[in-house]
Amino acid sequence: MGAIALQGVKKSFGGVAVIPGVDLEIENGEFVVFVGPSGCGKSTLLRLIAGLEDASGGMIRINGKDATALPPARRGLAMVFQSYALYPHMSVYRNIAFPLKMAGVDKAEIDRKVRGAAATLNLTDYLDRRPGQLSGGQRQRVAIGRAIVREPAAFLFDEPLSNLDAALRVSMRLEISELHQKLGATMVYVTHDQVEAMTMADKIVVLNRGAIEQVGSPLELYRSPANLFVAAFIGSPKMNLIEGAAAAAHGANTIGVRPEHLTLSREAGDWKGVVTIAEHLGSDTFLHVEGEGVGAVTARVSGEFGAGPGDTVHMTPEAGRVYRFGADGKAMA
Amino acid sequence: MATTHTRAAARLTLAPSVILLLAWMAIPLAMTLYFSTLRYNLLMPGMESYVGVENYGWFLTDPAFKAAIVNTLTLVLGVLAITLIGGTALALLLDQPMWGQGIVRLLVIAPFFVMPTVSALVWKNMLMHPVNGLFAWIAQSLGMEPVDWFAELPLFSIIVIVAWGWLPFATLIILTALQSLDSEQREAAEMDGAGPVSVFAYITLPHLARALTVVVLIETIFLLSVFAEILVTTNGGPGTATTNLAFLIYAQALLQYDIGGASAGGVIAVILANIVAVFLIRMVGKNLES
Repeated sequence: MGAIALQGVKKSFGGVAVIPGVDLEIENGEFVVFVGPSGCGKSTLLRLIAGLEDASGGMIRINGKDATALPPARRGLAMVFQSYALYPHMSVYRNIAFPLKMAGVDKAEIDRKVRGAAATLNLTDYLDRRPGQLSGGQRQRVAIGRAIVREPAAFLFDEPLSNLDAALRVSMRLEISELHQKLGATMVYVTHDQVEAMTMADKIVVLNRGAIEQVGSPLELYRSPANLFVAAFIGSPKMNLIEGAAAAAHGANTIGVRPEHLTLSREAGDWKGVVTIAEHLGSDTFLHVEGEGVGAVTARVSGEFGAGPGDTVHMTPEAGRVYRFGADGKAMA
Repeated sequence: MATTHTRAAARLTLAPSVILLLAWMAIPLAMTLYFSTLRYNLLMPGMESYVGVENYGWFLTDPAFKAAIVNTLTLVLGVLAITLIGGTALALLLDQPMWGQGIVRLLVIAPFFVMPTVSALVWKNMLMHPVNGLFAWIAQSLGMEPVDWFAELPLFSIIVIVAWGWLPFATLIILTALQSLDSEQREAAEMDGAGPVSVFAYITLPHLARALTVVVLIETIFLLSVFAEILVTTNGGPGTATTNLAFLIYAQALLQYDIGGASAGGVIAVILANIVAVFLIRMVGKNLES
């Protein structure tokens, strides 16, 4: 059980409205990712849900009950912090046991639960160690262990992978997704990395300047971004946004074409351009092209494409994959 | 080669300070050891004679010696208790966000800059004086008998005066340690259901352990040799009620003019201080390691 509903939730710090008013429904068992550039208020929103910040207005409901004024401990949520926030002077065992001890659970029960969580997270061999003797990934798992023993209504993750190296980040991403499958619990996850958002989420909430730009499944956001901000934020490499005559030809103020939706040819195409940089990844080739009348454009070609700087190429956007945006930045039907 | 040259040059340039330090320490120690084996009374100049370890026997069997040891320990432990508990409490208060934080912190640190003789005189004449003192006035205003602090509670009064001077030091060290506590740890504990008392006991206090040991170590070194506060207030009295080891040695040398006995006392004090130091370093070492 872990449904969270935000109704007109506001937060301001000394007159500055960081979150001017957010409405959001998080259903039981969902994996929701808050994503946005740094300073967009996504961490503040998570801390509001956790109860670490008091809302300046609006209502937070957890499982249908008003939790706006409840202290963090009584909301039944568990949080994994960016710095992991492990207790450095306690062993791994005592770290994981801490929330149970605070709840007054009896010793045998604590022992059973801690060992269960440790087994789930492959931490059994490290129970006697201190956090300082663990690697980044192990610390991350201890932080998750401390969260799961409480059997919370929902898990809150605040950029949990940002302190890990790239390889570990990928494997931890998988572990968290597997954990979500196994526990079936609601998870709210904050990140600035759209790849994490796309790979893990059931539902992505794109935030910008404290306001929700769009809510939807990863593919919904990919296929039909509601506005320029979401279009530019979701997808890697970034969507090409083209203004001017090329856009007017499609009857829009701005058009967007994803790099993977450009067909390249040496002979003929809609837009002619000169390759400035070619990145050969083997599986893909990214071409940065200075197009005539369309400006700098990135194109992604599957497999190898033998073009180097200075070569002339012709690009054609795939039919039906051109996004049109009006003067207000919103998507046009 | 170059490294040997550098090494030689390093030794050469270091030599003056090393020699100075050694001389500074070794010569007085040697002279104290030498004097401690003499019958050497300032009232009988030119009559010095070698007496072996007799001075040590006299000093150790002096009833004032036992009292001085007890007083020294009471003083050190009393001041440590007040400064550690009071310092932690003050640091917790000063860590709260409030208006005028900078000025308040500066004011709290101020007593540390008052020299011991001055603070002791202020306490003696303006606060604890049974007739003119502020405490007497307060007691009288409430219809109570004023306390004659230095007659009735002499050692306690000294402890209070010394603790007043050292409280800011403890507060400052503990405050800086508090400020280095990761706020996410406190928040995590809060989410884990810990109340303010549990957060303090399980998160804050263990975090402060190092700072507290540093305070204990530094204060102990200085508190073993408290002298000025005793000299200007009670002069070690009444009787030997406030005589600590440092004051006893002073009294032996400059009130009884017995340089030999005082030197023996000095050597004993050095040995005792080293025993304390060994224990402290072990304790601190354990605490600073992890």
